[in-house]
Order: sequence, then C-alpha cells, then structure tokens
Amino acid sequence: MTATALPPPGAAARAKRNPLGMVKNLFFPVAPAYLLMIIPAILLFTFFIMYPAFQGALWSFTNYVGYGSSKFIGIANYKAAFADPTIRDSYGFTLLFAVVACIVTNVVAMALAIALNAKIRWRAGLRTIFFLPMVLSGLVVSYIFTFILSTSVPVIAGVIHFAPLESSILANQHTAWLGVVFVASWVAIPGAIIIFLAGLVSIPSEVYEAASIDGASAWKQFRKMTFPLLFPFFIINTILTFKNFLNVYDIVVGLTGGGPGTATTSVAQTIFNGFFNGDYAYQMANAVIFFFITLLFAVFQLSVIRRRGGSL
Amino acid sequence: MPDGGRVNWGLTIIIAIVSLIVLVPLYFAIAMALKSPAQTGTGTGFNFPWPLEWGNFRAAWDLTDTPLAFAMSLLVTVIAVTGEILVSSLAAWSIVRNWHHWQFRATFLYLMLALFIPFPVVALPQVKLTSALGLDNPFGVAILHIMFQLAFNVLLFSAYIRSIPVELEESARIDGCTTWQTFRKVVLPLLAPIAATVGIFAFLQSWNDFMMPQLITANPKWQTLPVVQYLFQTQFTTNYNVAFASYLMALLPTLIVFLIAQRWVVSGIMRGSIK
Repeated sequence: MTATALPPPGAAARAKRNPLGMVKNLFFPVAPAYLLMIIPAILLFTFFIMYPAFQGALWSFTNYVGYGSSKFIGIANYKAAFADPTIRDSYGFTLLFAVVACIVTNVVAMALAIALNAKIRWRAGLRTIFFLPMVLSGLVVSYIFTFILSTSVPVIAGVIHFAPLESSILANQHTAWLGVVFVASWVAIPGAIIIFLAGLVSIPSEVYEAASIDGASAWKQFRKMTFPLLFPFFIINTILTFKNFLNVYDIVVGLTGGGPGTATTSVAQTIFNGFFNGDYAYQMANAVIFFFITLLFAVFQLSVIRRRGGSL
Repeated sequence: MPDGGRVNWGLTIIIAIVSLIVLVPLYFAIAMALKSPAQTGTGTGFNFPWPLEWGNFRAAWDLTDTPLAFAMSLLVTVIAVTGEILVSSLAAWSIVRNWHHWQFRATFLYLMLALFIPFPVVALPQVKLTSALGLDNPFGVAILHIMFQLAFNVLLFSAYIRSIPVELEESARIDGCTTWQTFRKVVLPLLAPIAATVGIFAFLQSWNDFMMPQLITANPKWQTLPVVQYLFQTQFTTNYNVAFASYLMALLPTLIVFLIAQRWVVSGIMRGSIK
C-alpha cells in the first residue's frame, strides 16, 4: 500500500513543459479534460455512498420508521441497541464466526498453498480443483451444503454409528455456527491459497536448497524461513477475509436462515431486518455501531502492518 | 520445494485425498441434479445417478423462469464490468497525472473512505435513495456495484499507472493528441492487464452478489440469478432434484468462465491482492 506516496520527482517540471495540459483555472489548475474524468466519479460517489451514509447516521438519532415523519430522539436508539439481546447475540455470533473462520481459512490455505507449491504430480490440475470454489455463488453453494449436512451426513453417520453427526449439525443451535464456518471457509480458502502461492513463488528455491544442505528439518524450514517470508501475505489474507466474514450474509441465509432460533443471525441480517420490522432508525443506530467496529478492526490491522515495517 | 527434484508422491496422494472436499460436493450436486426423486429415496444422495434424469433441468428452467433471471444477471454484470473499468481508470489516471495538485490528492483520500464502509452500514438509506430515483432495478444495482468497488479499483489502477512511464504520453501530446486522445490511444491500451483484473473481480462479484440485488431491486421479476434461487427455494422442498438442477445452472456460467480463463483469473487475483 504505497499508493499515497510522494508525487513522482519532476512532475511539476514536466507539467510546466506541457502547455496543453496546463490551463490555469481558479479552482482546479488543470486541463478541463482531467476534470471531466474525475468530477462525475466524485459526484456519483458522493451521491450514492457518502450522502446515504450521512443520512443514515442522522436518522439513527430519530424515531424514523422508514416512511412518514420523524422526530429527534437523541441517543435513545443507541442505548436500546446496546441493551438489546438480539443485537448483542448477532455481534457475538458474527465476531466468533469471523475470528474462527479467519483462522481456519488462513491455516488451511497456507498448508494447501505450501503443498500445491511442492514438487507434486498433476500440480496444475490439483491447483485448478482447489481454486474452483472461489468463483461459485456463496448462496447456491450454501444450498448444496444444507442438503449434504442435514440429510446425507446424518445418514452416513447413522450407518457407521458416529453419534455426534447422526442428527444435523445445522438443526442444533450450539453447532449450527460450525456449519457456517465450514461453508464460508470452503468458499474463501481458494482466494487465500492464490495469495499465499504468489508469496511462495517469490521465495527463491536456492534458499531451501541451502537449508536442506545445512540439514534443516522440514518443520524448521517452515518455522524459520517459509512462515516469516509468507507473513506479509498472511496479513493481507487476514485483512481481506476478516472484512468479508464480518459482513457475512448470503451463506447464513442459504445455510441456516439465521437459525435455529436466532443462533446464527449475523449483524448484516439484523440490520436488513430493520426494513421489515419498522425499526428503521433503530437498525441505523446498529449500522453506525457496526461501522465503528469495522473501522476499529481495520485501524488495528493497519497498525499491525505499520509496526511490522509495513511494506505491503 | 526445490524445483527439479523428485516427485513427492506421498504429498501428492495426501493432497489428492484432500481435494475430495472440493470435488465431492460438486459431484453430489451433479448426481442429485440427474436423479429422479425415487432414485434419491431416503439415501445419502451420493449414489450414482442411473438412468439419467435430464428432465430436471427442463423443470428447473421453467419453474424459476431462468432465461429472464439469466438476462438480468447478465445485464447487471455487463454494466458493472464496463462501468467499473471506465470510471475507475479515468479517475485514477486523472488523479495520478495531477498528483502534484493537493486537490487531486484530497480526492484520492476521499474516494478511499469507501474502503471502510461496508454495504450493510449504508444499505437502508441506499434502498430509499434508489427507489426514490426509480433505480430500484438492475440498473441501480449495477450503479451501486460500480460505486462500492470504486475505491479498490482506483487503488489498483493508480498503482499500475504509476508504473507506466509518463514519457509515452508526452510524446503523444507533442504529436498533437488532446488529453482524451492520449488516454484513449496511449494509456488505455497500456492498462489492459490491470483492466482485465478489475474486470474479472467485477464479473465474479456482480454475478454472484445476493445482498445488494435482494435489497435494491423491488420487482421480483427483475431479480438476478442468486436472488431467484432464494425466492424459489421454498418451492423446491417438494423436489430436491429439480432444485439441484437449478443450482447447477446457476453455478455453470462462472464455472465455465473460470475453466476457460483460469490463468487470467488467478493472475488477476494475485495482482489485485498484492498491489
């Protein structure tokens, strides 16, 4: 992320040498064409993203129900949201799910990437197989797994008398979240594998040859060389997957519908329900809280990057 | 991991077994789609389908109004892919080439704010906004896809544009090209690799998105494939085989595109994540 670096040296000088590109303008001292390229984007972005964001934030201080008039009620929505067990539970599930799924995805993807980078037979074909889930619709994949987890697996478990799986894990409110973790990871692992592979390819093979000659064991090679070299990619993957997992919606809808009861209802689902239950302003307060939690994690992750020397 | 060594057969066998976690569910979906309800019975659903029941696809096609949903998905995806490439490449080029002006640096940071705004946070006001504008349809969904990806795409494009030597553009200007001509004839062709990356991301996201069309599009007839799957889910409970035929038809387009364009998809995701 070096995108905010200094301007390229001599940019101003180059611009001066280029009279066509330098129409002096009171507001934007550049050629009108450049403004035509950027201003529509700024306006659309402001109108479709920033304006709704601010409008929503304002509504969160009112008793708006989605239509008609409303009046300012201060922070009552926030107070109620913090005390609401439904909202608390949705955060509990979403955070637990996001942390566990993030760990599962990264650990499994790293192991698979190392294996898929090793000297194995049919490497290209096996890579293709492991990349497949990445392009599939999460919702439709969830429907397929709903049937497998709630019908096929119990039948198989019954035949081999494996008690824990004889009834559907999706029907049990204590285990349903594990199903969501499994399917969400199934979909997310390929993308993470690709990023780890990109990192592994950049490690010169001489490094390993030297280590092998020095008699370093496979585990030692991993701990002392592979993992440190993969660490920046590990950070990228953590940021990308965690952000996606926090917004989990389609996999929950497809797999459990948020149930049993409300055991796997995610924050996104709770917010969207604000439409149908008439607690529009109330769920906007929830959305604002969600925004700050997302932001907190982003800032935390960025600070970890910065501490590590941050050359991603 | 050294190249040129011996094939690691032990690892090959392990990884081949692990690959079943991906393959078995896909086999399962195909097998289910090709069975009659009687063949499924009360079993696991893993038994091989024979004789093949192709009629499930026909039934699913008719039941879910697949051609219309397909057209809607295509419409949203085409607009989003074209729009994302055009809007963000123009914005990124304008920003990078005017980086010495603080207004453009500020614009860049302003657009980057979107990286921290997930859709659920702004969803409710956005639904009201789009419906007030008459955009509670696939066009509105496509516009929102373009806007939500703008920050990430501008980031990708601007990182790439910085690596293009500005001298190429200067010589085009000396030859008399206007700013627009310079962009179209010199810059845009050079941006092809990163445009492919942005395009692939846009395609996968728009095609598979469920959250946004479900909330934004008011008329169920104009829904995209994933939402249609969702809307018809309750009607499938009587016949799982038709349901799976329908799932397969929804998965097929991205699967085919992936198998054809695998190399670009993979390199695109690599580029997208590392830049």
